[in-house]
Amino acid sequence: MALLLFLAQTLRIAVPYLFAAGGGALAERSGIVSLSLEGYMLGGAFTAAIGAYYTNSAWLALMCGVGGGLVLAGIHAIGTIRFRADQVVTGVAINLFAVGITRFFLQLAFKSSSNSPRVPGFGGENAGVWLALVSNPLVWLGVAAIPVLAFVVHRTTFGLRVRAVGEHPDAATSVGVPVNRIRYVAVLASGALAALGGSFLALDQHQFTDSMTAGRGFIALAAVIFGRWDPVRAGFACLLFAAAETFQIRLQAAQLIPSQFVAMIPYVLTIIAVAGVVGRSVPPAALGRSAD
Amino acid sequence: MTAPARTPVPAVRMTGIVKRFGAVLANRDAGIEVAQGEIHALVGENGAGKSTLMKILSGMQPADAGRVEVGGRDVTGWTTAQAIAAGVGMVHQHFMLVPTLTVAENVVLGREPVSVGTFDRARAVRDVEELSKQSGLVVHPERLVADLSVGEAQRVEILKTLYRGARILLLDEPTAVLSPPEVAELWGVLRRVRVAGTTIVLITHKLDEVMNVTERITVMRHGETVARMATSETTPEGIARAMVGRDVRLGGGAPASAGAAAAKPAGEGLAVHNLMVRGARVEKAVNDISFSIAPGEILGIAGVEGNGQTELLEAMAGLRPVTAGSIAIGGRDVTGASVRARGDAGLSHIPEDRHNRGLILEYSVADNLILGLQHRYVKGASLDRAAIEANAAKQIAEFDIRPANPSLAVRALSGGNQQKVVIARELSRDFAALIAAQPTRGVDVGAIEFIHDALRRARDAGKAILLVSAELREVLDLSDRVAVMYGGRLVVTLPRSGANEDVLGPYMTGARREVA
Repeated sequence: MALLLFLAQTLRIAVPYLFAAGGGALAERSGIVSLSLEGYMLGGAFTAAIGAYYTNSAWLALMCGVGGGLVLAGIHAIGTIRFRADQVVTGVAINLFAVGITRFFLQLAFKSSSNSPRVPGFGGENAGVWLALVSNPLVWLGVAAIPVLAFVVHRTTFGLRVRAVGEHPDAATSVGVPVNRIRYVAVLASGALAALGGSFLALDQHQFTDSMTAGRGFIALAAVIFGRWDPVRAGFACLLFAAAETFQIRLQAAQLIPSQFVAMIPYVLTIIAVAGVVGRSVPPAALGRSAD
Repeated sequence: MTAPARTPVPAVRMTGIVKRFGAVLANRDAGIEVAQGEIHALVGENGAGKSTLMKILSGMQPADAGRVEVGGRDVTGWTTAQAIAAGVGMVHQHFMLVPTLTVAENVVLGREPVSVGTFDRARAVRDVEELSKQSGLVVHPERLVADLSVGEAQRVEILKTLYRGARILLLDEPTAVLSPPEVAELWGVLRRVRVAGTTIVLITHKLDEVMNVTERITVMRHGETVARMATSETTPEGIARAMVGRDVRLGGGAPASAGAAAAKPAGEGLAVHNLMVRGARVEKAVNDISFSIAPGEILGIAGVEGNGQTELLEAMAGLRPVTAGSIAIGGRDVTGASVRARGDAGLSHIPEDRHNRGLILEYSVADNLILGLQHRYVKGASLDRAAIEANAAKQIAEFDIRPANPSLAVRALSGGNQQKVVIARELSRDFAALIAAQPTRGVDVGAIEFIHDALRRARDAGKAILLVSAELREVLDLSDRVAVMYGGRLVVTLPRSGANEDVLGPYMTGARREVA
């Protein structure tokens, strides 16, 4: 029973990571740094909460969430692809912008600096942990996102082009592959996916709270790196990080080790991964570079 | 070879092409006319604008002015996709291959076979296999491009253009990275392809290639087309004169000066013993290499790039740790010494990549001329500007660095003059041994002559010189002894008199070896 609860909690924590890491893997494979996952998630969480509040429909809320993510990803894409801005700087700017703009509209819409009113979500509220999970279509979508992305990256023409564009954009250009168009699609898709992760947070907690993503976008990016830019491995990294977090929550209750140490687990694992312990970690060669 | 009957409409006609990159005019009134089915040479010094002209033809860059016609049709300003569709294929000097993808994936990229909406990998492999058989370009379609040799990678590049049905094939310096047997094989492939009706434009600055395989020649200088000639009606000297704009002494005349060789003092100028060096990807990038160079001797190491030359050079210069073995300068062990300590011990180093190692492009000519020697140009706590300026004035005059402006950023200089800055610095310091790595890479014909003379003078002044070059011609022209490096080992060492392309070729491909 305890194990089942542990797994349920892990899955619940993992869902936003799965969305964001899947999107992040795609965008990074195309050569665009995905520091802005955090911003997409936060923006998506907010627009989903707004949508849920005004339409009373979880599905329409999801579409609003995706819309929010697309807008932020669109800004990032135009900045980095069209205007060739530094991808790290633009990514950080998107994150700061998302914090500010959600705060502003939170105040404007709900006259609150901390949280939105209660909004509807998926499924009943007093159901058991497992029932709440299986009745939430976002959980299924999140779990399905990983194999779908793996298929897209490794088995489709689009995926082949994404990989080529992220490794050697000049080579792609020389054979007539539209590098920038591929990158736009990849970044927008990552925005939509990460926003679905943010929407899950808002709908699962039935409200938007200020800065509610709390670094989850960065953990998702860490999972992408830990998973060596492969969607499936990144997915497993998400589950690993989520399990560590669940573990931490349990330990926190037990007061065995200072919780701060347990909270470091995902980051420590990432550093270990990047240091090459889990095998060589080679990012896409053109990551962060604009195409000429 | 006999050319097929020519149609009056040329395969390619470019006229009045102008292309500007910032302040630099890469092409000004450039043009070329290529007849159907011929092998045409586009020659010129580095920076003459050859590659730019071909990139405009292949749609990679738009021209600022001028007209491009292919098969009589005005195609000015077309895109790569349109050029490919019209049968124009380009094999770039720097391979346009994605190392993390397979051969088949690289070949079909952009024109992938599709079944049920997804990429049909099996068919891609089959198609490439078939094309490979037809053309005689043998590569396994399922290997990763990262694992291919340079020669194999080039085959993939040509396969790419054939897969797209190229009727006009543009090759940018295709032999720069190939060993002699691979070059011979390339000519075989091109002749076969041409018999099938393909027009070929060969960009090169190697005159023997021009004479051997092409029918007509277009010469460019400073972005302009300055001469068009039939190969059968000209000589290498004639082409060189058109390229440089003045008479040039071509190499190969007098290799090692016999007199100097006789007067050679004995002793050890530069030596390595049982050297082992780890590479970035390979455990034994340098695998048990020993040699000794006497003062007044040039040892030339030939070989296809990527056989451990870079690691050997870096280890000797103090830029890469040594796993085992020793390095000595004038009999003094410097195996673990710092770069500066090696310099003080009498080592001078012309690095193989002047942009990464040899120069700081944003610094002035004067500052670059004292890089690594700055501790000798100090007055109190600050740099001695007067001494630096004096040194710059002297070197600029002696090495004919143009423009003669010591405060100009090195970036603004041509490749040849940038290299002269490196050479001036390294040859003007007090040294006993010199490592000269790719000393004339990316340097124009006129400067090559100058640099070769400078190296010969240093040799005659009693310096021990290690020359490493991918240009076999250069190794043969300058060296007293010639060695070939393959797979991290020196597979053969010969006196200059016993070495020529035919003898060394099999060693360069690893077909033969006789480990000393």
